[in-house]
Amino acid sequence: MLSAGLILLLSAAYMGLLFAVARFGDARADAGRSIISANVYALSLAVYCTSWTFYGSVGRATSGGLSFLTIYIGPTLMLLFGGVIVKMIRISKTQRITSIADFIASRYGKSQLLAGLVTVIAVIGVVPYIALQLKAVAASLDVLLQTSGRDLLPEPMLDSTLVIAALLALFTILFGTRHLDATERHEGMVAAIAFESVVKLVAFLAVGLFVTYGMFGGLSDLFQRAAAAPELARLLQLDSSRAGTWTALILVSALAIVFLPRQFQIIVVENVDESHLRRAVWLFPLYLVLINVFVLPLALGGLLHFPGQGVNPDTFVLTLPLARGAEALALLVFIGGLSAATSMVIVETIALSTMVCNDLVMPWLLRTRWRRVSERDDLSGILIGIRRVAIVVILLLGYIYFRAAGEAYALVGIGLISFAAVAQFAPAVFGGMYWKQGRRPGAVAGLLGGFVVWFYTLLLPSFARSGWIDKGFVEEGLWGVEALRAQALFGLSGLDEISHCLWWSLLVNIGLYVLVSLHSRPDALEAGQAESFVDVFRHGGRTRHARLWRGSASLDDLVGLLERFLGPLRARQRLGAFAAAQGVREWQALPANADFVRFAEAELSGAIGSASARVMVASVAREEPLGVGEVLDILDEATQVRAYSRELERKSRELEAATAELRAANASLRELDRMKDDFISTVTHELRTPLTSIRAFSEMLHQDPEIDLADRTRFLGIIVSEAERLTRLINQILDMAKLESGRAEWTTGCVDVGEVARETMESLGQIFRDKGVRLASEIPARGPVVLADRDRLTQVMINLLSNAVKFVPGETGRVMVRAGDDGREARVEVEDNGPGLTAEELPFVFEKFRQGGNTMTDKPQGTGLGLPISRQIIEYFGGNLWVESQPGAGAKFIFTVPLPAPQQ
Amino acid sequence: MKRLNPLRQRLAALGLLAIPLLTFPMLGLPTGDWDGIPASFLYLFGVWAGIIVLAAGAAERRGD
Repeated sequence: MLSAGLILLLSAAYMGLLFAVARFGDARADAGRSIISANVYALSLAVYCTSWTFYGSVGRATSGGLSFLTIYIGPTLMLLFGGVIVKMIRISKTQRITSIADFIASRYGKSQLLAGLVTVIAVIGVVPYIALQLKAVAASLDVLLQTSGRDLLPEPMLDSTLVIAALLALFTILFGTRHLDATERHEGMVAAIAFESVVKLVAFLAVGLFVTYGMFGGLSDLFQRAAAAPELARLLQLDSSRAGTWTALILVSALAIVFLPRQFQIIVVENVDESHLRRAVWLFPLYLVLINVFVLPLALGGLLHFPGQGVNPDTFVLTLPLARGAEALALLVFIGGLSAATSMVIVETIALSTMVCNDLVMPWLLRTRWRRVSERDDLSGILIGIRRVAIVVILLLGYIYFRAAGEAYALVGIGLISFAAVAQFAPAVFGGMYWKQGRRPGAVAGLLGGFVVWFYTLLLPSFARSGWIDKGFVEEGLWGVEALRAQALFGLSGLDEISHCLWWSLLVNIGLYVLVSLHSRPDALEAGQAESFVDVFRHGGRTRHARLWRGSASLDDLVGLLERFLGPLRARQRLGAFAAAQGVREWQALPANADFVRFAEAELSGAIGSASARVMVASVAREEPLGVGEVLDILDEATQVRAYSRELERKSRELEAATAELRAANASLRELDRMKDDFISTVTHELRTPLTSIRAFSEMLHQDPEIDLADRTRFLGIIVSEAERLTRLINQILDMAKLESGRAEWTTGCVDVGEVARETMESLGQIFRDKGVRLASEIPARGPVVLADRDRLTQVMINLLSNAVKFVPGETGRVMVRAGDDGREARVEVEDNGPGLTAEELPFVFEKFRQGGNTMTDKPQGTGLGLPISRQIIEYFGGNLWVESQPGAGAKFIFTVPLPAPQQ
Repeated sequence: MKRLNPLRQRLAALGLLAIPLLTFPMLGLPTGDWDGIPASFLYLFGVWAGIIVLAAGAAERRGD
């Protein structure tokens, strides 16, 4: 038998355990040995799984089948885009962000208006969610106590839900606001939350296994029995007609995992180390999978076990084990549900109370009663007081909402209202992180617009449904205007209420945010903040930000401010740490410069939020305003340095390219120089050969007068022929030099190529006959006529023919000359049946001083300049000279000269 | 450079892959059942768990 006393005792013991865990965590943090590991961080993220998950998912599954899973798939996807979250964490650390309101306000120029607006939206939006927890705990207590036949409290005297709310408030106050430490992380709390995550997972898996395998014959038995019942079979299939809702729920839950105040608190503010996110990216989704595996089996089990008995499906996890008398398991489940509810309430109300205190109450206090408040030396006590009151008020609001609208909705329905509310932060936050043009008026307009739409299409209808206000605006439209029906705005129907609200509110929100942003100008502060948010990875360090402040301040005033808001002890600690970091022995000796002002503002931000901190610092320090341009210049410095370095890189690449070009040019010059040297040495060698022989024979004739006449005549003949050869050689070298330097004289006219060939053949006929070589020709009577220098062309023909006769064997030699044209160019061939050229020789025959045959053993037969000169001449006329040859099969020298263009 | 973090890119790619896999019309594909367990149930949990396994593999990989 479960008695109220036992339940109370157990709950109290569990809470005590939580306190112990939290204490342990705090103690370890104070000792500098944090217990927040990557695993603890990932588990603490499971504060996402509240009573909604624990009780509500099963209820949701009884009506919507697998659609409850969207709420967990969304966060899985969001975490995969972890870069966004890392950026958020980095920004928050650099800017000492304490809440989502602070984040948005800080981005848009530390605006108090925006901070307040976000806070109001967050509080109103999240109140239904807190009501959900109260409802779930109350319902679970009811179920447990019904079995014992007694009530916890006499109903008429006190409402048990109110008692639960009061107890939760007390618990949260004891837990989260023992001292003012919004600047520090709540490590003990995070540890306790992670512990609670384990408890609720174990409890849920236990009941899941019990029902699936204890009450039924396993998964497939359960599913088969469900499939047999027509009204249950529907739950097993995905309904593609609800595709829009499916996507909308994934979107809204993906946003909720970051924008719910408690999620922002845990993921961003309480993050100790960015690298912990690496674990959370998969461990948290894995947690979600595990806690959801048995939801559908439990729903089906409940429906099969209590057909038509009107048992609330939200409490199946309790009623099923109780139906089998498993009271211990039911108690475990109750504790699991309690941990789901308490973890949510603790973190959510701490996050919200910080926001309410920093962004609503403080600004108001500072504005209206600043003089009186400022008289008090230590304000940290007041801050804690404000937060405690805020916690009570928030839970009270949750209770009121529960009374007003809670009865009409299932758990999940209530939660989704909150999800849609916090989704309104998305445009301002994402825009602020990635779009420098996003402006404060845009953010205000977008948030207001989205919130109003949410309020009208989702929150008010939830009141109307429970009969608190008139249903007219939902059914007939406001003032009877059809287009204003709250859940079919402008006739947009066919959607469920969440998709409908999400569609309209985000449309209005994004639209206003973008349009108004584009039409407003920032002040210096906002421009600077936009820059440091969007480019947080580039700017990073705080030193640069310090330069964004210019003015004068006194150390005493700022220290006084710190002592008032942080308490003297903590203020001294922080000052000491700062002085040490600056390399100053005593904090009293610190200069009241921009760095110090920046430090003081950051410390205050941690305690009272960036917007209030800015106002406070401004009240004691005289700041000289910086212009927008100046701020951006300072922030741009880093960007400029990068641009310069890119420019430098480009320049050095260009320089390298130029160097490479120069090197290549130098190499070709060297090559030319080498060729010149080669040429000169070859020329001298060629000149020396005939000279040597002339000199040798002359000396012989000179020294020996007794040489007989025959020898003398022979020697003189040799001397004459060598002298001729020398003259020819020198003439050709001069000719070559002229050709190469372009100083040769040309007389161009119409030349009949055939005629030139015939004439040359005639003039050389004797040489051929002397050697017994047959010279034949195939030349048309009137040959092709080209524009050229007749003498030069003759020179080429002489060269080719004398070459040919030189290399063909005597008596059997044959030389064939052909001339003709192909309509475009004249072509002359000189073919012989000499030894031909080898493949190795072919490329070199047109080089200077290359001689046919073996120059080492045979006496040179020519100058080695004939062919190069001929080629130069032919190329001057625009033609080509080349050779075709096979070793042993003779050689064929061919040249072409283009025909003149036909006269028009 | 933080921006070119390969882990982030891998995870984001996984996310982009997961979006179509876990929404309609892909979700409408599995029909029938396997050993009594509905195909849609197996598909959803299978794909979801598969993505988590891949993410874990990418995130816990050494040397990035």
